[in-house]
Amino acid sequence: MNSKIKNTLFQCRAINKEFGNVKANDDISINIGNSQIHALLGENGAGKSTLVKIIYGLLQPDSGSMTFLDKEFLPKSPKDARAQGVGMVFQHFSLFEPLTAFENILLGLDKGIGEKELHESVIRLSESYGLEVNLSSFIGDLSAGERQRVEIIRALIQKPKLLIMDEPTSVLTPFECESLFKTLKKLASEGTSILYISHKLKEIADLCDTASVLRKGAIVGEYDPKKMTARELGEIMVGQPLFEPKRPVATNKRKKVLSVKINEVKPDTQFGVTLKNIDLEVYQSEILGIGGVAGNGQEELMQILTGEKKARSVIIKYLDYNVEMLNPRERREIGLAFAPEERLGHAAVGNLNLLENSLITDPKRRFQKNMGFINFSELNEFTNEIIEKFNVKTTGASALASSLSGGNLQKFVVGREIEQKPSLFIVNQPTWGVDALSAANIRQAIVEIANNGAAIILISQDLDEILEISNKVAFLTNGSLSTPTNTAEIKTDEIGAIMGGISD
Amino acid sequence: MDLSEINFAVLVASLIVASTPLVLAALGELIVEKSGVLNLGVEGMMIIGAVAGFIVGVETGSAYIGMIAAAVAGALLSLLFAFIILIMQANQVASGLALTIFGLGIAALMGHPYTGIKSPQISTISIPILSEIPILGTMFFQHDLIVYLSLISVLTIWYFLTRMRAGLILRSVGEDHDVAHSLGYRVITIRFLAIVFGGAMAGVGGGYLSLFRVPQWTEGMTAGAGWIALALVVFSGWRPFRLLIGAYIFGGITILQLNLQAIGVNINIAVLSMAPYLATILALVVISMSRFRGNRGAPGCLGRSFVKTI
Repeated sequence: MNSKIKNTLFQCRAINKEFGNVKANDDISINIGNSQIHALLGENGAGKSTLVKIIYGLLQPDSGSMTFLDKEFLPKSPKDARAQGVGMVFQHFSLFEPLTAFENILLGLDKGIGEKELHESVIRLSESYGLEVNLSSFIGDLSAGERQRVEIIRALIQKPKLLIMDEPTSVLTPFECESLFKTLKKLASEGTSILYISHKLKEIADLCDTASVLRKGAIVGEYDPKKMTARELGEIMVGQPLFEPKRPVATNKRKKVLSVKINEVKPDTQFGVTLKNIDLEVYQSEILGIGGVAGNGQEELMQILTGEKKARSVIIKYLDYNVEMLNPRERREIGLAFAPEERLGHAAVGNLNLLENSLITDPKRRFQKNMGFINFSELNEFTNEIIEKFNVKTTGASALASSLSGGNLQKFVVGREIEQKPSLFIVNQPTWGVDALSAANIRQAIVEIANNGAAIILISQDLDEILEISNKVAFLTNGSLSTPTNTAEIKTDEIGAIMGGISD
Repeated sequence: MDLSEINFAVLVASLIVASTPLVLAALGELIVEKSGVLNLGVEGMMIIGAVAGFIVGVETGSAYIGMIAAAVAGALLSLLFAFIILIMQANQVASGLALTIFGLGIAALMGHPYTGIKSPQISTISIPILSEIPILGTMFFQHDLIVYLSLISVLTIWYFLTRMRAGLILRSVGEDHDVAHSLGYRVITIRFLAIVFGGAMAGVGGGYLSLFRVPQWTEGMTAGAGWIALALVVFSGWRPFRLLIGAYIFGGITILQLNLQAIGVNINIAVLSMAPYLATILALVVISMSRFRGNRGAPGCLGRSFVKTI
């Protein structure tokens, strides 16, 4: 089908996998050629993860066969798959937070290796592929971008013939993406094939030779992404026409909702970022986009804004209140809403179900009757509304938060906050790991509440997202924030200059 | 009261002996907890080790064969725990408590005919030259084999956990079993081995009590040593050397209060006997208050059942 496939490296034929009554993989066949970057496109729940788990030996298919390097291939475990030359970089980082980067890399290897030898090969890898990592830092102290680099090194160190990348760019900025693409192209040119899972259509056109599109567990077709527009590909993926959200219309008579002044805030850990010289204002019906490379102070700023961390040197004025010494709950009670980047642990509690997760962020006590009894009918209605409106794929409102896929939990969290109808909504990475259609929905919902008068701070490492819906943009670099500029006036090369200065 | 009646060198030597069962049992539990399992059955496994070791020791006439039996007995009892929590995925806290109660009961039953019987002869090993150093020789170099083995164990386990790949894998399973599973490590198998090792070490600790330290069999002779061992693991912040220091502090207080009782210090005996336990509580409070506790101590998945989700 594709002229670039000279010879086949990996092939799967008629793979079937069912979970209960759900057909996660329905008769899937794909071919991956040598030195090919092959995209696997599909929405959340389309069956991409199931398929790659089968290839990586985490799951066994109900029926079907695979060949790899001209041999029958049916890995019984990831270890087995790695031994035969398949490596994988996971979407949800499979790293041990309390261990160091070095220990994590060591754990990905199947046999012991001298510490010095490993150090050397890691350094060789990071130099030739531009993957900078401080080996002695604890993963818990690293940003998402840095964590991913650790994962990539861990996979590459075993010299895989086929490398599976599960949504690798969902947390990266354009610059990090570019350097990742360079890495991947270099790898492909040196003979490694890559199975690239994503729903970011532009990067697939830029990077991949072939794209297999999955919908509802079955292959829709195989396409050449270079010959199609992102929109065409996207519509094939979701099976319906896509729309693009418009940024809110800024009117003139607006109230200032929030102003933040930060002189200097030191981080809690030695790997954190010092925030300095931050001065921002947000008005009604306005979206302020904050861009920047991961690990430049996004998390620290978010913590100051939510009240998870309080600092005396900070001035936060919300309408007429000084809120810098209020805790997150008190801030929520006066009309702020937050959606932090970490879905589990900050935004939601994994071991509570969705109803309970709605209940714990209920600043206006809508779900409480007199004497502290829970108003279950209201709570049910509210939660089910979020599930429906934001297209959260789950078994129901009583499903545990941890049972949802990352993208679906993200939809739930953002939906929950938006449905509080806040006057100020602060969100970090609203569409991380969310598929194209739902991402557009989430952005649309954010724009809608802005149009209804809410002020929004949108922290995101997805530059396209920021440019698409923000009225003003500022960039975080090394803990300080550039002066917010009107999005319409900003030029792409200026962004490059601001962000380029940082990534050096 | 005359404090000079207390011979300092002998005091140190006996505190080492008093601490050895704790060191052994706590080291075992350290490994178990590092794998992410909380086994509250240490006391039960210790007493089973004590009784089985004593019986076999008496019957064979060799304390060392008795010690091997103690290890086997502790390991066998821990198998029961491993089955319940790993295969049946029962609650670890409840299962551990049940194990302790079960162990205490069955040990009393088995040991009844052996109450008051003399234990087999044991000899101390004086390390040549070193043992002749005045004071220090008496303190450190005239002990039985097990004391030396316990010290070697501390070193070995430290080396295993911090320098060996297998130790890293064990720790990774305890920190995040889902990630370990997704990397292809066999969580259940690794935990199983850790639990059995912990059982054997607790058994040996118990055997040391009945064959070396006391040495005879009395019902309930562990007297909470298993619980102290559990507390020591927390006290140590899951670090072998700190664990050793903790055990010696506890053993020291035990011995000191016995000596103080012997020379007739004017403090209520009940208060003196309480001292080691009070010290444990105090140490735990101080440890959890102080800043240096470090969140990296407790394994991330401690006490959580592993359920395969994929």
